[in-house]
Amino acid sequence: MHLPVPIEYYLALSAIMFITGVTGVLARRNAIVIFMSIELMLNSANLALVAFSTRMGNDAGQILVFFVMAVAAAEAAIGLAIVIALFRNRETVFVNDMNILKW
Amino acid sequence: MTLIDVIFWFFAAVTLGSAAVVVFSRNIIYSAFALLFTFFGVAGFYVLLGADFIAITQLLIYVGGILVLLVFGVMLTNKVVSVDIKSGTLNAGVAMVVVSLTAGTIAGIFYATEWKTAPAEMLQPTTAGELGTMMMTSYLLPFEVASVVLLVALIGAAMVSRRDRSKQEAA
Amino acid sequence: METLIDIVKIVTVMGILLGVVAYVVLLERRVAAAIQNRIGPNRVGWQGLLQPLADVVKLVMKEDIVPRNAHRFLHDLAPIISISIAMTTFAVIPFGDSITLFGRTIKLQIADINIGVLYILAMTSLGVYGVTLSGWSSNSKYSLLGGLRSSAQMLSYEISMGLAVIGVIMIAGSLRLDRIVEMQSGWMWNIVLQPIGFITFTVAAFAETNRHPFDLPEAEPELVGGYHTEYSGLKFGLFFLAEYSNMVVASALITTLFLGGWQIPYAAEMGLSGNLLSVLQVGAFCAKVLLLVLFFIIVRWTIPRFRYDQLMSLGWKVMLPLAILNILATGLAILLIG
Repeated sequence: MHLPVPIEYYLALSAIMFITGVTGVLARRNAIVIFMSIELMLNSANLALVAFSTRMGNDAGQILVFFVMAVAAAEAAIGLAIVIALFRNRETVFVNDMNILKW
Repeated sequence: MTLIDVIFWFFAAVTLGSAAVVVFSRNIIYSAFALLFTFFGVAGFYVLLGADFIAITQLLIYVGGILVLLVFGVMLTNKVVSVDIKSGTLNAGVAMVVVSLTAGTIAGIFYATEWKTAPAEMLQPTTAGELGTMMMTSYLLPFEVASVVLLVALIGAAMVSRRDRSKQEAA
Repeated sequence: METLIDIVKIVTVMGILLGVVAYVVLLERRVAAAIQNRIGPNRVGWQGLLQPLADVVKLVMKEDIVPRNAHRFLHDLAPIISISIAMTTFAVIPFGDSITLFGRTIKLQIADINIGVLYILAMTSLGVYGVTLSGWSSNSKYSLLGGLRSSAQMLSYEISMGLAVIGVIMIAGSLRLDRIVEMQSGWMWNIVLQPIGFITFTVAAFAETNRHPFDLPEAEPELVGGYHTEYSGLKFGLFFLAEYSNMVVASALITTLFLGGWQIPYAAEMGLSGNLLSVLQVGAFCAKVLLLVLFFIIVRWTIPRFRYDQLMSLGWKVMLPLAILNILATGLAILLIG
């Protein structure tokens, strides 16, 4: 019987992925890249949840992952609709050009 | 090093490498492609962890749904030949400070906590049937709320992205 | 040893699949000719039986033209994605029960995974990439329009396809494809129990494979050639192969889910020996698949193409409600009859 990969590895991996996502959200100016970075962060959280769930022998974590995916799908649909609407009106996908509300 | 370890490190390299490309690439189409590999890598980890159902759901929802939407977004807002010089970074200094603070916090928690796992004989792969039963019994309310969220998102996305017919006819 | 058996299985199935696909192309041309009162290709070999070989040679020898300003890498990658997804979907389809060779029982299915139905849905949802990328990377407006149409079409029909399968899953109580086939013994095929599910799934399969009457992504009169307008030579050949493999795979899926897979009614009672029965069952599976492929071909040459808005309203306003009603009806029936 081999030992499974320790949970710390999965958690470290998930943490690094999360930080990468945070960097993207804060530093990039293209709205679509920001969406991708948010998906990265959600994925890293999912990975941690599944790791906890299987190493605890409790399936509730996987149910949570399922709900995260549902919310991520809703978020992607709405977010891209907004980006497309903005692109049609303002010809840009850069967040620093989306400043009509700022005087 | 067992075979499982080799597979783990392979997936780790694929996932982290492509995640870095997603965030740091200047060409948005490469970002979208790298995200595909990240999603596949994470799905691989789910299989390694014995969560088959979640792994396939990851492929179905993330790769087959969300990423297709993102690729659509990229295709509608970019041309093949356009070289985007502005697609760089914004407020890099402030961002770095916040990122390092977040990283420090997470690393602190990671080292301060003693991670415990259940004994190996208790661990069994989850089946889709168990998850389905849980979703229909103890988690029924969140399940219904999720379906309402999706419905609202469907209608909302259609409303936001459709052209304003009345304005067009007036013009 | 297990790995060796798996490799042999993969190679045999892939080889047979590719061969069948090549001859399906010939079959399509001959049937089309018969419907249009022509003769069709009959020059290469007896009755044109070597035509597929000649076609392959022609496609390989042709110059590979890549448009200027195309995205070279993605332009090359798109046909490979298309063909590999079409091929990998076949991995979970059970084409027979099991066969005993040299004292060891071999299951006639490449990958026996316990969420086979979900795997197939996931794989079909990946099929969008090949088409979308080829459309975008060619940097041509016809290709882009074809690619966009195709992704919208596939995404819309994927939903009714997934919902149509749920009725079958509810009856079988399992996501395993071999279990679903086992449930359909005798004449209790799912087409009898799930007629609406069968119709919805078949229509969605036509849309997913971009076949007539839903072949708007490549509608020749409007889009020249659709998403593969800018492809030539071997890469065009790969798209061509992918289209026909998708057709064969879709037929195999419909057979597995609704037409009883490899089941032959009353064959088990005839007292045949195990291996002979298995071979006959594989034959029955192939016959069912071929009949469906013929159905695909005949539909293509007899029914006019849909308009794009008709396609979308059919998908969202007819197929989707039908599939949901089917789930409701199946649930009620299971609750009342048990």
